Amino acid sequence: MPIEIATPMSTFTTIPPTLASANMAAKLTLIAPEILLFAGAVVVAVLGLARTASIRRAVPMVTAAFLAASLGVTAYVYRSDAVVESNLLLPQLGGFVKALIALIGILLVMIAGPAIDRRLEEAFDSGRASFDPIRTMRGEYFAFFLLSIAGTMLIANANDLIWLFLALELASLPTYVMVAVSRGTRRAQEAAVKYFFLGALSAATFLYGFALLYGATGTLDLVEMKARLAEMSAIPTLAILGGVMAILGIAFKLAAAPMHFYAPDVYEGAGSQTTAFLGFMPKIAGVVALMVLLGVFWTPVADAGGAIAARLPDAILALLWLVSVLTMIIGNVGALLQRNVKRMLAYSSIAQSGYLLIGIITGPGAGYNAVLFYLVGYGVMNTAVFAVLGALERQGEEVETLDDLAGLRVRQPGLAWMLAISAISLIGIPPLIGFFGKLALFAAAIEQGQTALVIVAAVTTAISAFYYLQLVAVPMLGAPTARTDAVHAVPSAWPRIAAVVCGVGILVMPFALEKLVTASGATAAPGATEVADITKSADVTKSAEITRAAQGE
Amino acid sequence: MLPTLTYLLLLVPIAAAAGVALAPARLSKWIATAGTLAAFAVSIAFAWLFPGWTDGSMHPSEAGWAVMPSLGITLSLGTDSVGLMLILLTTFLMPLAMIGSFTAVTEREKEYYGWFMLLEAAMVGVFLAKDAIAFYTAYEFTLVPMYFLIAIFGGKDRRPASVKFFLYTFLGSVLTLAGVIYVAASHADAHGGQWTFDLAALANHCATAMDRETQFWIFVLLMAGFAVKVPLFPVHTWLPLAHDQAPTAGSVILAGTLLKLGTYGVYRIALPMAPVGAVELDQFFAILCVIAIINTALICWVQKDAKKLVAYSSVSHLGFCMLGLFALNPIGATGSVMYMINHGLSTGALFLCIGMIYERYHTKDMDQLGGLFKKMPVWSFFMVFFTLASLGLPGLNGFVGEFLCLMGCFIAEPGATGNPGLLGPTWAVFAGLGLVLAAMYLLIMLGKLVWGPLREPHGDGHGHGGGHGGHGDVSAQGGKSGSHGAGHGALPTDLSAREIGILVPLALVCLVIGFYPKPMLESIAPSVRNTLAGYPELVGEYAANGTLLPDRASGGEEMALAGSSTDTTDGPTNTDAEGAAR
Repeated sequence: MPIEIATPMSTFTTIPPTLASANMAAKLTLIAPEILLFAGAVVVAVLGLARTASIRRAVPMVTAAFLAASLGVTAYVYRSDAVVESNLLLPQLGGFVKALIALIGILLVMIAGPAIDRRLEEAFDSGRASFDPIRTMRGEYFAFFLLSIAGTMLIANANDLIWLFLALELASLPTYVMVAVSRGTRRAQEAAVKYFFLGALSAATFLYGFALLYGATGTLDLVEMKARLAEMSAIPTLAILGGVMAILGIAFKLAAAPMHFYAPDVYEGAGSQTTAFLGFMPKIAGVVALMVLLGVFWTPVADAGGAIAARLPDAILALLWLVSVLTMIIGNVGALLQRNVKRMLAYSSIAQSGYLLIGIITGPGAGYNAVLFYLVGYGVMNTAVFAVLGALERQGEEVETLDDLAGLRVRQPGLAWMLAISAISLIGIPPLIGFFGKLALFAAAIEQGQTALVIVAAVTTAISAFYYLQLVAVPMLGAPTARTDAVHAVPSAWPRIAAVVCGVGILVMPFALEKLVTASGATAAPGATEVADITKSADVTKSAEITRAAQGE
Repeated sequence: MLPTLTYLLLLVPIAAAAGVALAPARLSKWIATAGTLAAFAVSIAFAWLFPGWTDGSMHPSEAGWAVMPSLGITLSLGTDSVGLMLILLTTFLMPLAMIGSFTAVTEREKEYYGWFMLLEAAMVGVFLAKDAIAFYTAYEFTLVPMYFLIAIFGGKDRRPASVKFFLYTFLGSVLTLAGVIYVAASHADAHGGQWTFDLAALANHCATAMDRETQFWIFVLLMAGFAVKVPLFPVHTWLPLAHDQAPTAGSVILAGTLLKLGTYGVYRIALPMAPVGAVELDQFFAILCVIAIINTALICWVQKDAKKLVAYSSVSHLGFCMLGLFALNPIGATGSVMYMINHGLSTGALFLCIGMIYERYHTKDMDQLGGLFKKMPVWSFFMVFFTLASLGLPGLNGFVGEFLCLMGCFIAEPGATGNPGLLGPTWAVFAGLGLVLAAMYLLIMLGKLVWGPLREPHGDGHGHGGGHGGHGDVSAQGGKSGSHGAGHGALPTDLSAREIGILVPLALVCLVIGFYPKPMLESIAPSVRNTLAGYPELVGEYAANGTLLPDRASGGEEMALAGSSTDTTDGPTNTDAEGAAR
């Protein structure tokens, strides 16, 4: 367990051994959903190698079952005392994030299930090929799928930098393999290699950042680090530099500028089912990692009126600002130029990261709540679009360009409508869920004085309407062409079901806004009070004890 | 009872839309007609029971369903006399537009009537909203049905027209949303973090508690959305294109009600919320109005396409309407509200008339069509009638609003007792020039279309695939022109009983309003008083100092929330004096 490293190294903490062990137990309780998914990954990997076709075919089902089980476990453990004993900066964060990840994960399995190994299985069935465990990929794909999801979930529980690093890597590494095996073309391999090398670069970047942070503060424990930084008269340059590098590294996960260059190529090269995964999981991983990491830097500053407000160091704030604005502009303008739907969605997902960063800049409390709320809508909309793409094929190939979608309404009215609904929601037209996500985000940002960011976001949102409208216009209004005559629905109904579930979700979720807001609101709020609590106290040791005592109650 | 009726006003069209979606396509038009008639009946009942005709306040006053209490978003419905008149206009025009489409639309009927039903719900929602987010939701949602209606059922350039329509209005309204959220955030800040989007509370907070510089920028943001929708001069270019390409009923609703969402937004939100901005920018916007009036009137003069001519005349007419609002005095604003309603009636009717010709000849080109009086005397009667109403012949409805707008503008001088403003006779003279031009281009249109020797396109309109092709390539069935021919053949040479039945109610309403506008004017007056409550003082102050902003030089960009607590009772200081002091 890497978490143990932090405690012996920190020279002046005075955690009583009993508290430490209670702590350990609490931590283990909270990662029960991830442990379950690890077990699931092993089971799925084995089942995928079974000689019996029906067992192999059950792999997606088993994957979904493990995700559903981890959803249940999440709901259970996050009601227990373990949450308050866990000594995390944002103790409630995990409950919401894990539930969301598991839910979206189940939808993603519905898209990926029938697609992976489809040709191979058909060959086995027809007797053209005999079963060969070397060539089957389904077990591996879904094992990696679960591992990556487990890694993403673990980020929410990170309480020290080593944990954070390992969780980020666990979330990333399986995705490289998933991209490579997502479809049997060279482009997928090329995408995987690109993704891997740039991913390794970004890992190195944030690891270096973490090292600098350790060097500046002498601890890896985030709560401890926050307390020590607060004790210093000014945050040392070394720590700022560490923070900057860590943010830039994590920006890769978010596909935020200037670390966004891989996204269009990788999204295009990977199969639709994997692109759907990349559009959501790394994004939520990056957002949660930023929330956890930046918790260290939020410090209370008394403003002119004497009120204490938490704020980030100027350098880090400026960096996030720049990244957010650049990301919104590059993403939305880049998407205008695309004819390939997957590239367009890649740029759109870059733009979405820009919006998410607005919430990160807005900070713990309202801002983080808004980001989490936004992610719910984004997850569903993103999955809906890719589910439609995953439900279609053209001469056995993926449907990729807008030309393939022309006049989809005539042959596949249901899918065309789902695509239109999710595109309109992505634009942010009320009363669909995408609008309320943006509204919550904008409201939180303006409340914290980030009006200029909101204006940029508003203008770029208007730009985004132009390319999202193509996803409405081409399938709904265009006429079918000779090219689209070859476009058919895939045999399996699951991607279509996923599309319909998401489309209905987009329409229905606005009726449950308050429930969603309360769910996402309960998560990040404790962090906000903690920001003020911890750092007001000058004595580090004392503050750590106070925090733990407060959490124990 | 009243709250139930407000919900019914929204639910009846939505239910009709669901009915259209579920029932077979051949029933669509009947369901739509029944739905719009039912909505009209509900609105009549609402108007009958409405207690606010004379007090100018919003009814029912109950706060509605709390959609998102944490952000203070509620679906609270209610309106005052002005909103109610616009609701009546909407529900009155909708059945006429639906019945007018029976022969024009024969393909994809489900989508056509379904989208119209949703459009009606959204438009009524705008006039009913007491909550800024409910307002914005309805306001913005009108884009979706209208986009589909233009893009599916429009003429041959329908796709670019629909995209332009969508993007223009969307860009404007996101900025409006940002402005509204800013005010709400400031309100929440001042009320212990308790968010609300209640329009009255926000307007009150912004007008009384926020500093002037901020109010100025809020007004700019709000107008960014409303000006596009109205549309005001430099951002009007989407309208003629959209009108030209939209199907007839789409044009009727676009001119009749959708444009009024913009003027209503100015009246209901921008003017009460940011009076400082309105006064400060009054003359700027008035200039835009005058340019719109004269410039588009000249454009109308050279139009060959009758529908485009009426479309441009809308821009010119809406210029009058906005000028009445920017007179910032009760007479002008009353005239402006009258103008909103009358423009909806007469221009809507004109689009219907031109649509009837288009159905018969598949062209709107005045070079190919003419002298129709000889063939279609009944149609010609209505065409002349509504044109005269549109150009403001006394005795018909258009005159009342136009006269009051101009008069409001004419007497709007800072010293005027009762009706102060920042414009004056010079402005009214320039705007009045627009009246002369309007008479000219509308009469020229009549001269070409109705009088003179009979001119008909060759082949009785079938040769003109250009205008007609819009429907042909919409669906997979390219060879649909045969059935079109049949549909065309079913129409008599002159108007059918159905068509006359559509135009007669419109003509009657035009006559009644023209002869006896008094009850309307009386019920508009209290609402106008509420909207313009703080204006005389600000107008006087502006006239004395030349600006309302204490310091134009500092903090234009920086709208820190902390500044919102600045005491606004401070008199404005002269910019030059303060600059010199530094």
